Amino acid sequence: MTSALALYTAIPLVCLAGSLIAGFFGRILGTVWTHRIVILGIAIAFALSAVYALPRTMAGHDLDATVYLWGRAGGLPLTVGFLIDPLTALMMVVVTFVSLMVHIYTIGYMRGDPGYQRFFSYIALFTFAMLMLVMANNFLQLFFGWEGVGLVSYLLIGFWYTRESAIFASLKAFLVNRLGDFGFILGIAAIYTVFHSLDYATVFAHVDAARHARLAIIGGTSWHMLTVICILLFIGAMGKSAQMPLHVWLPDSMEGPTPISALIHAATMVTAGIFMVARMSPLFEQSPVARSVVLVVGASTAFFMALLGMVQTDIKRVIAYSTLSQLGYMTVALGASAYAAAIFHLVTHAFFKALLFLAAGSVIIALHHEQDLRKMGGLRRYMPITFAATWVGSLALAGIPPFAGFFSKDAIIDAVSYSTLPGAEYAFAAVLAGVFVTAFYTFRMLFLAFYGEPRMDAHTRHNLHESPWVVTLPLVLLAIPSVLAGMVLIRPLLFGHFFRGALYVRAADNPLTRMASHYHGVLAFIGTAFVSAPLYLALAGIATAWYLYIYRPELPARITHHLHGFYTVLRAGYGFDAVYLDGIAASARAAGRFLWRVGDVQLIDGAIVNGTARLVGRIAAWGRRLQSGYIYHYAFAIILGLFVLMTFFLHRG
Amino acid sequence: MLHIRPVVPEIIVFAMACVILLADLFWKRRFKGLMYGLTQATLIAASVTAYGLRDPRARVVLHGMVVQDRLSTILQIAIFALTAIVLAYSRTYIVERGVFRSEFFVLALTGVVGMCVMVSAAHFLSLYLGLELLSLSLYALIALQRDSIPATEAAMKYFVLGALSSGLLLYGLSMLYGATGSLEITRVATALAALPRHDLVATLGLVFVLSGLAFKLGVVPFHMWVPDVYEGAPTAVTLYVGAAPKIAAFALFLRLLVEGLHGLSGAWQEMLVLLAFLSMAVGNIVAIAQTNLKRMLAYSAIAHMGFVLLGLLSARVSGYADALFYALVYAFMTLGAFGIIILLSRKGFEAERLEDLRGLYQRSPWYAWMMLLFMFSMAGVPPTIGFYAKFAVIEAAVSAGFYGLAVAAVLFSVIGAFYYLRIVKLMFFDAPVDAGPLRQGRDLRWLLSLNGIAMLLTTPWAGTLIAICRSAVRGLP
Repeated sequence: MTSALALYTAIPLVCLAGSLIAGFFGRILGTVWTHRIVILGIAIAFALSAVYALPRTMAGHDLDATVYLWGRAGGLPLTVGFLIDPLTALMMVVVTFVSLMVHIYTIGYMRGDPGYQRFFSYIALFTFAMLMLVMANNFLQLFFGWEGVGLVSYLLIGFWYTRESAIFASLKAFLVNRLGDFGFILGIAAIYTVFHSLDYATVFAHVDAARHARLAIIGGTSWHMLTVICILLFIGAMGKSAQMPLHVWLPDSMEGPTPISALIHAATMVTAGIFMVARMSPLFEQSPVARSVVLVVGASTAFFMALLGMVQTDIKRVIAYSTLSQLGYMTVALGASAYAAAIFHLVTHAFFKALLFLAAGSVIIALHHEQDLRKMGGLRRYMPITFAATWVGSLALAGIPPFAGFFSKDAIIDAVSYSTLPGAEYAFAAVLAGVFVTAFYTFRMLFLAFYGEPRMDAHTRHNLHESPWVVTLPLVLLAIPSVLAGMVLIRPLLFGHFFRGALYVRAADNPLTRMASHYHGVLAFIGTAFVSAPLYLALAGIATAWYLYIYRPELPARITHHLHGFYTVLRAGYGFDAVYLDGIAASARAAGRFLWRVGDVQLIDGAIVNGTARLVGRIAAWGRRLQSGYIYHYAFAIILGLFVLMTFFLHRG
Repeated sequence: MLHIRPVVPEIIVFAMACVILLADLFWKRRFKGLMYGLTQATLIAASVTAYGLRDPRARVVLHGMVVQDRLSTILQIAIFALTAIVLAYSRTYIVERGVFRSEFFVLALTGVVGMCVMVSAAHFLSLYLGLELLSLSLYALIALQRDSIPATEAAMKYFVLGALSSGLLLYGLSMLYGATGSLEITRVATALAALPRHDLVATLGLVFVLSGLAFKLGVVPFHMWVPDVYEGAPTAVTLYVGAAPKIAAFALFLRLLVEGLHGLSGAWQEMLVLLAFLSMAVGNIVAIAQTNLKRMLAYSAIAHMGFVLLGLLSARVSGYADALFYALVYAFMTLGAFGIIILLSRKGFEAERLEDLRGLYQRSPWYAWMMLLFMFSMAGVPPTIGFYAKFAVIEAAVSAGFYGLAVAAVLFSVIGAFYYLRIVKLMFFDAPVDAGPLRQGRDLRWLLSLNGIAMLLTTPWAGTLIAICRSAVRGLP
């Protein structure tokens, strides 16, 4: 093993080691030593990613190597291997950085929780699984990481396992993700049937040869194999990245502790789907049909989920719907072949969304785990750092220059306008309208929480104070990239040669090269914003929020009253939950009950299992009676056996 | 002098049996544990000697009576080891029941000599001699508790039926002598090859010989003595009867059927199919109806012997190795299971009923886990060694083309799993009836734990162990 490979291998392993130590020896070590050890591990992983992996890949030293051959299944080698290219290195830095911030923040947020060590064990395990996912050089390991993050997400949503709602949410997240995984693993299987390999390099090298492979679907029609593969893979991405209609688990996942919402359900795990599609860009580029699907699904998610964000009263749910909507933006970028823009938005979003979540968590700590926006207000006087951090995060999310979100979101909207795929007009309209809605709900949250009259009870208000430094330090550290990441990264990520071969786009429809011809530096990019629609839409959103929630706070109730039907639809989340729970889940449960009562209890248990057992028991009782205890019976049996053997063979012979 | 080298272990054991008998006359009162210590020392010395005298080449000595090859060496060492463990397990038990007498040890040792002669027999006469030496020792051992009515009854039954089966075996051997004109196993084999395929006398002889052997191994329908003897005999003796003699009886199958009567393999294969099927069926099914633990283990023994035949009837060298492996693994599993019974028993109380195992987990979690390992191993649950043994013999049957029988074997082992798991259920999920602490010697506790852990920890080396068995049977046709 070369030293480079050894160092890369160490990155996920230190996280795993931290997790195991916290999990198995947490009780012995106590809380302080547990978090020290785990945070040290994550810090090492972050340092190696930022100081070693990123510069090395930027210098052009990619690595694609197998670490360990786990086994062979019918000629298929099952390996653990790493592909470290700029895309991977960037993801590693983002994942380990956000993870490190969340680890530090957790010290403050989870203080005094009986599951303190367990929590650290889980989040370190999550970091391990996520790193395995992004560092994979084959589909099997990708799937391992994919399932790993899914599992940890399940464990963490249900972290407070005595809460009924947490258990429900964790189960829901798991089941919905299973649905996506089903498509994902079918996609992997399809890849294996076509390419006879699960290695990225081999698969990508043979994409051209497989371009004309077709698959007959029921009814005599046949599809391009690559389209089928891409759509199946994208179904997996829809589950993990919570795209409509598989988005229902993400808002509920807010039942988990807030650090988890920041780490998993905003910054990292949910971006796994985006990352995966970007990684598979050589496949997706061959299938306009699949990209069209991606585009439409992403656009719908971006707009309709943003609308839902306007009516939420739980501060974390507002941010959760905003996450859904922003993931939709990334997906739209993928569909428009602007993979780099998707990853760019993924990075900036990871910073400002983690910032917003952690700020919300800080508010929640201050209010003794109260999450209802209607019981907040006026917090800016009590929590200045949190307040400032929320402002930064909100401006970034709303896409106001020069904050990070502005650059990435503007790039996406620009890229969509160049797309010629079916559905591109719809997508463009959706993402444009989404800008207004995004700005509106973001600032609605900000105004409701920090401005106006305090609406909490007197006792809580009396004890209000800023959170401890372990909470505010990550806020400050995350606020910096939320401001700067866009300006710094736009050139290398979008128009430079950062990704080189990692992302493949067919030259003919590369929106980024067309955008690059208009790009003349950061300031000019900001300048053009003042003559285009998105910025004004965002400002209009902010102004509307200000008008409704600060200037005339009595208006929202009247609007709600007049638009009662629309409001109800939004509050019900378009009825997805109702369909899933009362329709699909209820009928599945009814079918299950039927199969249990009739099929299992009566037929299988009653007739087959117990019937056989009774039969065997009866034979046994009968056979037992043969054993009479009389010696002449025994001797008779011997002689009988002798005669049977004898006649049998003499007769035959 | 050279030609008695291969029988030195037997000579040592036999000589020591005489020494113990004499020593008992003079030092009985003065040294209480002397006889026990001497016996264990003898067994250890004999196994060391057998190991030291090992020879990869087969050597026939004493005028064609005895053969020494890898098979005999491995089996002899196994017999010494098994007997030594049996005696260690039984020590406290026999002290408490007043049979801690030199007769017990002398009979155990003469039985060992009989078994050693059986596994290294090259001649019908030596084979029969060994068998009778073992059988007579067993009859006497079972009846050692003269006041116990069940023990006497069991010994009586075993004696009468054993005499009958010896008669069958002898009659079969005489017919084979008539057909081939020789008593030496290798010569019989060569003479058989010259005979026509379906020679009537030879086939009849085979049927009788097989019946006699089947009785010694305890397979259906020659199994009727097994439950009664297992139940009636004192547990220490049951332990003795259940372990090493099975290995010796299995060796008889290899020596007689495989080495001697390989020319008739087509015929005996089909007979063994019948016997194996019946044994697995009767053993596994009737065991379910038992309430007595020892009886249940007796039926389990019958079923396991059916599985051993499964490997034998493939009539291939690899199958013999699998069968040998199974027999050895079985011997150690059964030692453990009876060891637990001994552990639970105390003076005036025999833990023989299934009820006596109730709530063992609450009384002693460690030994409940050990018993669980024995039961899982017997049922063939991975990753215990019993699983690999079962897997190997079923694979042998499949590779020899006996698909139906292999399927039956799997089904019967599923049925069998029921009564093994019932014991686990009784131990872990029921409340204890008898809450007394377990008081037994340290040697029993340590060996039993070692025995139990071995069920699990030998698994990674299952391949190596099978390879050793394979090297033992390599010389067979």
